[in-house]
Amino acid sequence: MFGAGGGTSSYKEVEEADFVLLWGSNARAAHPIYFHHVLKGIRNGGSMYAVDPRRTDSAKFAETWLGINVGSDIALANALAREIIAADLHDTRFIEHSTIGFEAFVEHVEPYTLDFAASATGVDAGTIKDLAHRYATATTAQILWTLGITEHHNGVENVLSLCNLALLTGHVGRWGSGLVPLRGQNNVQGGGDMGALPNKLPGFQDIDDPTALRKFETAYGVPLNPRPGLHLTLMFEAMAKRELTGLYIIGENPADSEADVRHTRDLLRNLDLLVVQDIFMTRTAELADVVLPASVGWAECDGTVTSSERRVQRVRAALEPPSGTRHDHEIIGLLAQRFGVPWPTTSPEHLWDELRSLSPMHKGMTYTRLEQGEGLQWPCPDINHPGTQYLHGWLWEEDLGGHDPAPFSLTNHEGPKEKVTSDYPLRLTTGRVLDSYNTGVQTRGYSSPIRSGVDLEISHLDAKELSLVEGERVTVSSPRGSVEMTVSIKSDQAQGLAFTTFHFPELVDLNLLTNDQWDPLSGTAEFKAAAIRIDKLVGNNRA
Amino acid sequence: MSNKSVSLHIDDQLITVPEGTTILEAAQSMNIEIPTLCWAENLTPVNVCRLCVVEAEGARTLIPACSRTCEDGAAVKTNTDRVRENRRMVLELLDSANDLSQSDNLQELISDYGADSDRYTDPVKTTTPPKVEDDLFVRAYERCVLCYKCVEACGDDAQFTFAIAVAGRGFDAKISTEHDVPLPESACVYCGNCIGVCPTNALQFKTEFDMREAANWRPEEQSVTETICSYCGVGCTLELHTQDNQIVKVTSPADHSVTSGHLCVKGRFGWQYVQAPVYRAPSSDSEQSAK
Amino acid sequence: MPDLKFSDAEPDDHERALVDALVEQPPVVRQSERVVLGGIRRAGDARHLLLPGLHDLNASRGWISPGGLNYLAESLQVPPAEAFGVASFYDLFELEEPDMPGPRHHVCVDASCALADASGYAQQLRAEGKNVHEGPCLGQCENAPALFIQARSSDPVDMASTGETEQKFNATLANRLLRRFGLVDPQSLRSYREHGGYQALKTAIEVGQEEIIRLVTESGLTGRGGAAFPTGRKWRTVANHDHRQKYVVANADESEPGTFKDRMIIENDPFALIEAMTIAGFATGCTKGWIYIRGEYSTATKRLRSAIEQAYQAGLLGANVHDGAFTFDIELRQGAGAYICGEETALFNSIEGFRGEPRSKPPFPTESGLFGCPTIVNNPETLINVLDIATYGVDVFRSVGTPNSPGTKLFCVSGDVGNPGLYEAAFGLPLHELLEVAGVQIEDVQAVLLGGAAGRFLAPPNLDLPLSFEGTAERGATLGSGAVTVFSKDVDLWSVLVRLAKFFRDESCGQCVPCRIGTTRQHEVLLQIRGTQPNESERVLLSDLSMVMGDSSICGLGHTAASAVQSAFTEGLVGVQT
Ligand SMILES: Cc1cc2nc3c(=O)[nH]c(=O)nc-3n(C[C@H](O)[C@H](O)[C@H](O)COP(=O)(O)O)c2cc1C
Ligand code: SF4
Ligand code: SF4
Ligand code: SF4
Ligand code: FES
Repeated sequence: MFGAGGGTSSYKEVEEADFVLLWGSNARAAHPIYFHHVLKGIRNGGSMYAVDPRRTDSAKFAETWLGINVGSDIALANALAREIIAADLHDTRFIEHSTIGFEAFVEHVEPYTLDFAASATGVDAGTIKDLAHRYATATTAQILWTLGITEHHNGVENVLSLCNLALLTGHVGRWGSGLVPLRGQNNVQGGGDMGALPNKLPGFQDIDDPTALRKFETAYGVPLNPRPGLHLTLMFEAMAKRELTGLYIIGENPADSEADVRHTRDLLRNLDLLVVQDIFMTRTAELADVVLPASVGWAECDGTVTSSERRVQRVRAALEPPSGTRHDHEIIGLLAQRFGVPWPTTSPEHLWDELRSLSPMHKGMTYTRLEQGEGLQWPCPDINHPGTQYLHGWLWEEDLGGHDPAPFSLTNHEGPKEKVTSDYPLRLTTGRVLDSYNTGVQTRGYSSPIRSGVDLEISHLDAKELSLVEGERVTVSSPRGSVEMTVSIKSDQAQGLAFTTFHFPELVDLNLLTNDQWDPLSGTAEFKAAAIRIDKLVGNNRA
Repeated sequence: MSNKSVSLHIDDQLITVPEGTTILEAAQSMNIEIPTLCWAENLTPVNVCRLCVVEAEGARTLIPACSRTCEDGAAVKTNTDRVRENRRMVLELLDSANDLSQSDNLQELISDYGADSDRYTDPVKTTTPPKVEDDLFVRAYERCVLCYKCVEACGDDAQFTFAIAVAGRGFDAKISTEHDVPLPESACVYCGNCIGVCPTNALQFKTEFDMREAANWRPEEQSVTETICSYCGVGCTLELHTQDNQIVKVTSPADHSVTSGHLCVKGRFGWQYVQAPVYRAPSSDSEQSAK
Repeated sequence: MPDLKFSDAEPDDHERALVDALVEQPPVVRQSERVVLGGIRRAGDARHLLLPGLHDLNASRGWISPGGLNYLAESLQVPPAEAFGVASFYDLFELEEPDMPGPRHHVCVDASCALADASGYAQQLRAEGKNVHEGPCLGQCENAPALFIQARSSDPVDMASTGETEQKFNATLANRLLRRFGLVDPQSLRSYREHGGYQALKTAIEVGQEEIIRLVTESGLTGRGGAAFPTGRKWRTVANHDHRQKYVVANADESEPGTFKDRMIIENDPFALIEAMTIAGFATGCTKGWIYIRGEYSTATKRLRSAIEQAYQAGLLGANVHDGAFTFDIELRQGAGAYICGEETALFNSIEGFRGEPRSKPPFPTESGLFGCPTIVNNPETLINVLDIATYGVDVFRSVGTPNSPGTKLFCVSGDVGNPGLYEAAFGLPLHELLEVAGVQIEDVQAVLLGGAAGRFLAPPNLDLPLSFEGTAERGATLGSGAVTVFSKDVDLWSVLVRLAKFFRDESCGQCVPCRIGTTRQHEVLLQIRGTQPNESERVLLSDLSMVMGDSSICGLGHTAASAVQSAFTEGLVGVQT
């Protein structure tokens, strides 16, 4: 199937890409070493444009930065598509051979004129047109994105809009061209690979595919629940309805990381049983009935992880874990034994071999092969298979390699669910900085000379309007709550936009503000677009 | 790159290599050893140290093997008396100007080539006290041989941050930030990629610096384990250098297609949480209840 | 570029205005609040303005303030550390506020000026309360001791004109290149035309590109900048490239101690250089020329600037040279006090806004030169020879000189000389004849340094040396840049050697180990042994240093850093029992 699973291209390919479109990703800060490959590409003569509400560190490397309104991605993508078609720059042979739904798509994007997009995005029509032409006429082109695309209530639609552009121009399934979602967290890709998705079995096999299900039942020797599970957001809904009353959390810190955390914490507190397995005493662990201290997966335990280019790589134990902790797989195994399931004590390699026997795309990756060299990129169906550098090469094959043609998707511009209003006139968006990570639990462990803190960055124009000065403490409120923050005034930030990082919940409980409107398809909340208001503190207000 | 090939003699053996191959690469493929200092496989050759000089038939001067590409029909000698004498002098000059005691590779070469820096009476030396400006790494430029590697790694060979450059001229040239401001005030983003390429230990982890000061640095007891960074989804390979069940520094293999040996601040320095005992889960006993 | 972090240091109003005026096409363009153009390539395109910007800043206050440097770096998107690295490379730039007011007075302490008691002169200036800097040759050896006043924009105008010295030239031995000297008004295009100017370009356009290249090749013209490379071959290689952009560069950095010919060419006949470059551009398809002129040459720079302007006004430069025949632009760049920037690839780096460090060759400039494009680099003297070749043809050109060194050469004669100055002579003239014409008492000569600091000493028995490439090569000497520095018997040659060694130590770019450390050690050893008869191990040490610098350095500076010193020993001029 087209459009699922993982990034289509290898990192190396971006070094040779003719054109790179960085969309909603501050890879310079969030994926620094991937960005080295991007920079090498630019040094090799490639071009890069960036689409992002903020002129991020990454966007500054771009020839042209398009500062779109938060949540106007689909308007832009559809207008690019319309312009590419209008200028006759689409790849008609590719479209005919490898896709379906083009006619309907043409009709669907017809209203997305350059002028419409200009008003929806805030970027002038000429620049949008220029981008359309540059992307379409490049010999090879890649679109890269991160959470700026996915952390919206309609994140999946956003992604599909970008896929449309690749299908329109044939910029996919070839060396150097592709669609590259950068995984925000270590082994997010691997988690998906292993079936840690509500509707998937390991190796992206569908739970409602009876053949697949049977295969697993036979292997495990137990019947499996054939219904899809709940994704994170639905779990919280189920908790709210008291349909879900017990939770076992491994290595997550939702008490800090979820949008609208006050609500989240209440839900966690109201559970009948909360078990947390973690290497730290996180805020979530503090709420738990039982805490299971784990070893550090990448430094104290053997195993594998999968990267954004679908590369399965070995992690290895370099240190003895502290006494009192156990490896994750051991804890789970012991737990199973206490539940009366006779699971044998096992090793990471045994578990891996079991996976290989069940997941065709991992079949060829023996530990021995992973041990040598740099790991392998899935799919790797047999032990002589070299791994796959880029996906969807079949799009260019005579018979489409037996696949169905790739469908165009019809997506609609809606804008963020939470509209800015006269009460909450500013748009708050969040992002990462280079030296910190997620809720900061790990990165607080080292003393970084470049640690920025958690200021609220606003445009000098808004600062003027609100008569705020650099360093002033203010109250920031959304319809869900308020926090106190320090203002940092930026001369190059768009008016009406406020930005901050989410790495320092101990300093500012940022997710008290963020919106938990979530994407029905992925369950991701709309972190990137809350509406807020800034109020001056009364009294002594200098930091 | 073109798919033409060229044939040449290196130390009287005929070899055919793709056009664009350097003499050093060709020699390495023949197991001929040529010493290098400023060359690294993950950086563009700058050919400034001149340790890798070889003799090419018809050339007036010696040529640097690290940057010079093979030419069809060339005859190159890598180990003549003239070559050895020149390398000896390069080593002798370096040794006369810098503290090379923390570079095993150079110490070995100095004794192999018989370089004798005692021949100089009162030579001026590079003397700068170590710059300890933060908790992550130390710059001790008395050991700096000006190989340009850190500048390249910080610049357009990898990091594109350009926090450091060569300033001044001649013997007074040195690696410097603008106006020599301390690193935390510069553009430095603490990727540590400069440390990763420094051949003389002029740049080193603060952990190593402190352990050396405490006479507790014992390389022979250290082991190196390859694993994957725990932060973002890029999947950088880390080499964890451990001593006494503690991580003491982190590197990445220079020949790795993902990292080319380069990391970011999180991968390079963000491991400390693993071994901060107070920081790790509740207490020393096994599973326990927190409520 | 991104990630760049600029300090809070602010420029003053004048500095800001200078930078703003300089950067017409900034690398970061804020098209609207939502669209910004930027990125690495645009920053690269602007970077060549760094050197002129540093000049402007330095001239503004007499030093480059942190605020000024910061603002310039930000405007050009040059990383501040690199901007600092570039600024600190050049002698003429000050990065700290000078503790003494007033313009900087540079006094040359190299050979010929030392003979004319330069240090006494410096002392005297200092006593007058001047801000004095003793430094390398200023290219005014015929008027020793030489002084260059580095004026600031606020200094009185006539200050800058102190460089205008008496023009000492002599065309009695030959009179081709000096033909117009003293006759033509160097500030007037009309006068240049009245003296035959722009005839050569006209002829060139008539006979066509191929023919010009053929003439230059067959004339046997070789480079006068020191390396004596056949000029026609350079031109041919570049002409054959169909690269989108090609350049011709006139290397007027002239910093070889004892050399002042290029300054005199430009001061006396600047249009000749412009015309010759135009012919080179026409013949080889280069649409742009650059002249890199020594920063200390203020009069020459002034005259050249005005000549370029006049040529543009007359349609002799620009998009439509000779009524649309071709396009040729010239841009002028001033060096800033670095001998090494005369090395052709260091010169490219300097123009491009990088440190003036030589690049490794190959690739040669004709393949990948300025901005990575095929480039012809020629010395001004080389170039003006082309005018005669184009006008009178190969046979006339070759009618003087020797078969292997056809034509004439300019010699810069200074030191213990009755009539120091610039002499033109046909190749092959015996050295002593040149000396005699210049008023040298031959029997008083202790030694002659031929070819400047990078040249070699000749003892009296060698004064019959024929001044041709082959004649010098035969005796292991070199004509180099044509500098002829004469030392009479009462000169302490040890101090000359120590100073030569100091020159190289100061001027080494510092890039490669053999030269950076080798020149330093050579200087130290000479200081230690001066005036003595060096023992075996000291001689071995010096010759080891000479070997490694000569064999293993990157560029010609290191290659020749020991040759003069070594020649003084082999010629028996020092270190022998008398
Ligand atoms: C250290 C050094 C300094 C040099 N300085 C000059 C110079 O000032 N002027 C010059 O024309 N060539 C100089 N050269 C030679 C140039 O590199 C180059 O060969 C020359 O400009 C070519 O022009 P030509 O072929 O007309 O001589 C220098 C070379 C070296 C190694
Ligand atoms: S740590 Fe990184 S950014 Fe800092 S100087 Fe070294 S290479 Fe440059
Ligand atoms: S600090 Fe290290 S890497 Fe940098 S130039 Fe000096 S020796 Fe080379
Ligand atoms: S020989 Fe000297 S001047 Fe030339 S590159 Fe080396 S250090 Fe620089
Ligand atoms: S390794 Fe070749 S010059 Fe340094």
